[in-house]
Amino acid sequence: MTDQTSQPVKFYQTGTHTVGNRLLDDAKRTVQSSMDRSNAITSGHRACQGCGEALGARYALDAAMRATEGQLVAVNATGCLEVFTTPYPETSWQLPWLHSLFGNAPAVATGVAAALRVKGRKDVKVVAQGGDGGTTDIGFGCLSGMFERNDDVLYICYDNEAYMNTGVQRSSATPPAARTATTQAIGDAPGNVFGTGKNLPLIAMAHNIPYVATASVADLHDLEAKVTKAMAISGSRYIHIMVPCPLGWGSASDATISVARLAVESGLFPLFEAENGTLTKVNKIRRLVQVEGYLKMQKRFAHLFAKDGKDQDSIDAIQAMANHNIERFGLIDVDTTS
Amino acid sequence: MLIQMEGSEAVAEAVALCRPEVVCAYPITPQTHIVEGVGALVKDGRLENCEFINVESEFAALSVAIGASAAGARTYTATASQGLLFMAEAVYNAAGLGLPIVMTIGNRAIGAPINIWNDHSDSMSMRDAGWIQLYAETNQEALDLHIQAFRLAEELSCPVMVCMDGFILTHAYERLDIPSQQDVDAFLPAFEPVQVLDPDDPYSIGAMVGPEAFTEVRYLANDTQLQALKLIPEIGSVFKEVFGRESGGLIHEYMTGNAETIVVALGSVNGTIKEVIDTMREDGAAIGSVSICSFRPFPLDELQDALKDAKRVVVIEKSLAPGLGGVVASNVRMALRGINLPVYTVIAGLGGRTITMTSLQEVFEAAGEDRLPDLQFLDLDHNAVEHEIVRARRTRRSGPIAENILRQKADGRNP
Ligand SMILES: Cc1ncc(C[n+]2csc(CCOP(=O)(O)OP(=O)(O)O)c2C)c(N)n1
Ligand code: SF4
Ligand SMILES: [Mg+2]
Repeated sequence: MTDQTSQPVKFYQTGTHTVGNRLLDDAKRTVQSSMDRSNAITSGHRACQGCGEALGARYALDAAMRATEGQLVAVNATGCLEVFTTPYPETSWQLPWLHSLFGNAPAVATGVAAALRVKGRKDVKVVAQGGDGGTTDIGFGCLSGMFERNDDVLYICYDNEAYMNTGVQRSSATPPAARTATTQAIGDAPGNVFGTGKNLPLIAMAHNIPYVATASVADLHDLEAKVTKAMAISGSRYIHIMVPCPLGWGSASDATISVARLAVESGLFPLFEAENGTLTKVNKIRRLVQVEGYLKMQKRFAHLFAKDGKDQDSIDAIQAMANHNIERFGLIDVDTTS
Repeated sequence: MLIQMEGSEAVAEAVALCRPEVVCAYPITPQTHIVEGVGALVKDGRLENCEFINVESEFAALSVAIGASAAGARTYTATASQGLLFMAEAVYNAAGLGLPIVMTIGNRAIGAPINIWNDHSDSMSMRDAGWIQLYAETNQEALDLHIQAFRLAEELSCPVMVCMDGFILTHAYERLDIPSQQDVDAFLPAFEPVQVLDPDDPYSIGAMVGPEAFTEVRYLANDTQLQALKLIPEIGSVFKEVFGRESGGLIHEYMTGNAETIVVALGSVNGTIKEVIDTMREDGAAIGSVSICSFRPFPLDELQDALKDAKRVVVIEKSLAPGLGGVVASNVRMALRGINLPVYTVIAGLGGRTITMTSLQEVFEAAGEDRLPDLQFLDLDHNAVEHEIVRARRTRRSGPIAENILRQKADGRNP
């Protein structure tokens, strides 16, 4: 980490979905593979090993920086990303960055965008970011207001399915049956409740904003492409990125990408894009898997596979959620020839 | 230029003359006419180069202001009562970040019981949020204080609340002197932020600060207020040079010269107090008053100078610290530390209760004979509260207090 100065560029192996860079022409290569990438969040921050949020934010912000030629301002809600990047007096952020509160990042971003507009800085764009708690719970009102006014902001939610910064408590994005510090794996219905859910990408779409997308650290190239696309659009844009949290999920820190991939390939976390309230694209599942493999990689679901008996009902219910997504979003090509 | 105008409309004009670049608002009585006024000025093009943003809550209003101010725009919002409490977290945050936002408070009571009328409970609840708090005595002063507030806020990089009594000032029509744009431009330099979100010079604002530096950051917040103590009178004199009238400052004294009894109050009630003093002076009473314009920073030394030769102090205040008594009175006692003077607290005008000259005169006369209790509620209906206390003791399920008192009052009117 540096004191708000730039850092030499390092190169990383970026995984099967992003490699092949050397075989691609320049325009199609990942932002991360570029000598000119901005390192918007430099290394040296305090995230846990294998933190999906750190990875997702780095790819998202570097892509946004490239798309805007560095003319970017970031607003951050309170949460892991904010805390691990700015231990006073150091900062990882290589772009102007503002943290105000847990629940107001969308409104703060609206203010920044308004100021830039009135100052005639049309070239400078605004990204607001928050965790699932900051987005789906406490900042929900401000986010909906920002969408409804169609303020010129890209809002990115890093969804790790709980309040990680305060020690893994439940949020409204926590999946059913998951163990958190406030939905303990005890009693008749261990873990989080099977409620109706709160699908923020769909809620964002209901505001008819120009662009909504889901993305995952399992497919970083896709993530970069969506951020790049979002930055070319004006008005309110929303990207919801799944970012596994090894600490909160009880997954191995070297398994972040695999866990994220199983969430996508099982249908639990569908990848799609929508424009002006209409679904425009879904990423088809390449190799369908059952949810069980995904659940088994994470200690937060360990009680479903207890030695004294598997909780098949809950596993089936989670599988049903995945199946519902597959059907709803058309995640698998149905063979219509036969 | 002298114009007959509503207080809120005049404040909207004054704000517009200050050329704010971002104004955000959420409506609440009695603040509504102010933001409606600014909104109309933006829409009809009279206030150019300004973004007027209607938001979904007061929390969002001040949050938008925070973002706009951090990005270098001159920023304004207004609220009252429940709205101020709803934005409380952002109120502290704006001050902590050192953002020179100006906000009008159309002072109003806080519920429950819900009440739209004037008192100072709202702004008093935020007295220690790190904002400068100025209280206007008249609509002319409210107007003038807004123009001073932007200069003060921006020189110190500290947010300023201009508090004006709801309805009594916000909705009152008076002849007011609206300054010219030329004079305001001469008085108020362009906003030069001390920190700004700029891609050409990127830095992080709002980072996590631990025990190793937090005290120092808070010390500096206090130091900013101490600087304001010097700057407020200075800005007041420059204002007088440009506009030709006195407005603002830390305190205003009235007939304190040889006064034995000095009344201390904030805001519009000072007008009524002065009239009572005039009457009592005619009858030979040695009485005067001090109106506190700057409540934060609190002018300890100036107040001590004004009060130290009196025999007693009566604080008339429109807010209550339940379990203690008066908020303002406690601060006044601090100004009198080391000086042995009785300070009587009179809680008055809560939830819009009229403060009459007759009642004030009775209280001041009783004070002159040192017949006042430490804490008194002006024009309290003793029968009603006694009755309710007894009833609540008798019946466990005695029901909601506010409704009981209302019923009693209604019964009392038509027995
Ligand atoms: C008003 C308020 N309530 C609670 C908190 C405590 N708090 C800080 S971060 C956080 C959880 C953040 O969760 P999320 O938004 O999902 O981000 P993550 O840390 O998981 O990335 C909470 C509860 C706070 N800072 N402010
Ligand atoms: S707790 Fe989770 S989200 Fe937070 S830094 Fe660690 S891995 Fe990342
Ligand atoms: Mg989270």
